[in-house]
Amino acid sequence: MNQMRRAFLKGAGALAALLSAGLLDPIAAFAATWNKTAFSAKTLEDAMQAAGYGNAVESPDILLKVPDIAEDGAIVPVEATSNIPDTVSMAFFSEKNPNPLVADFTFSNGAEPFLATHIKMAKTCIVRVAVKAGGKNYMTNKEVKVTLGGCGG
Amino acid sequence: MDNSMKMRATMQGDVADVKVLIKHIMETGLRKDKDTGKIIPAHFIDLVSATLNGKTVLEMQWGVGVSKNPYFNFKVKGAKSGDKIAVSAVDNLGTNFSGEVVIS
Repeated sequence: MNQMRRAFLKGAGALAALLSAGLLDPIAAFAATWNKTAFSAKTLEDAMQAAGYGNAVESPDILLKVPDIAEDGAIVPVEATSNIPDTVSMAFFSEKNPNPLVADFTFSNGAEPFLATHIKMAKTCIVRVAVKAGGKNYMTNKEVKVTLGGCGG
Repeated sequence: MDNSMKMRATMQGDVADVKVLIKHIMETGLRKDKDTGKIIPAHFIDLVSATLNGKTVLEMQWGVGVSKNPYFNFKVKGAKSGDKIAVSAVDNLGTNFSGEVVIS
């Protein structure tokens, strides 16, 4: 098709060879490993702790944009900006989901401490964004009323 | 496999605004099949990373709470028009996804 695709396919082939030889873990290309403990935690506090956001203090310098009411819990837009200096990472939680931790983001090399995405919410509850900055943890919360839950199906 | 990612990157002042959409079921592993009553196994993207000209700018871990056909928007300072943003992702079954876009 084109050079890029060819190079990619070639790379993918080499990767597949390594994988089949058992030399490489499938996620080795990613610096982070998936934090199973944190994503499996069943309470907001346990998830915060396991994801490394324990003892977070509330901060007005984290801006969290969520709708007041979400008609469809399967797609709730969430947007967060941290104005705390030296923000290195940010995580989104939905308090009453079966597993409250939704996603964790690490910023580097010029990435702004900003992220917007769509999350699932099981029911009306708090959406929390937690931030790691300068060796400390911060957070802010906002409640979203969910008319139709997005987790059970 | 690589029609699964749509990307757009535009300069806003000195910041690149990047929007990404990945086609994926993001199955929670908590739903039951209505006919068989059996749990539908979890199938979701769990790791995502983004680079600017080959340098990592964003690393993400996702759980099943990220919506189906995941969308995300991030911003990179110091980028310029013509620079390359690449995103790669992998799901819990080991399927890889990748996309690339030139900042306009």
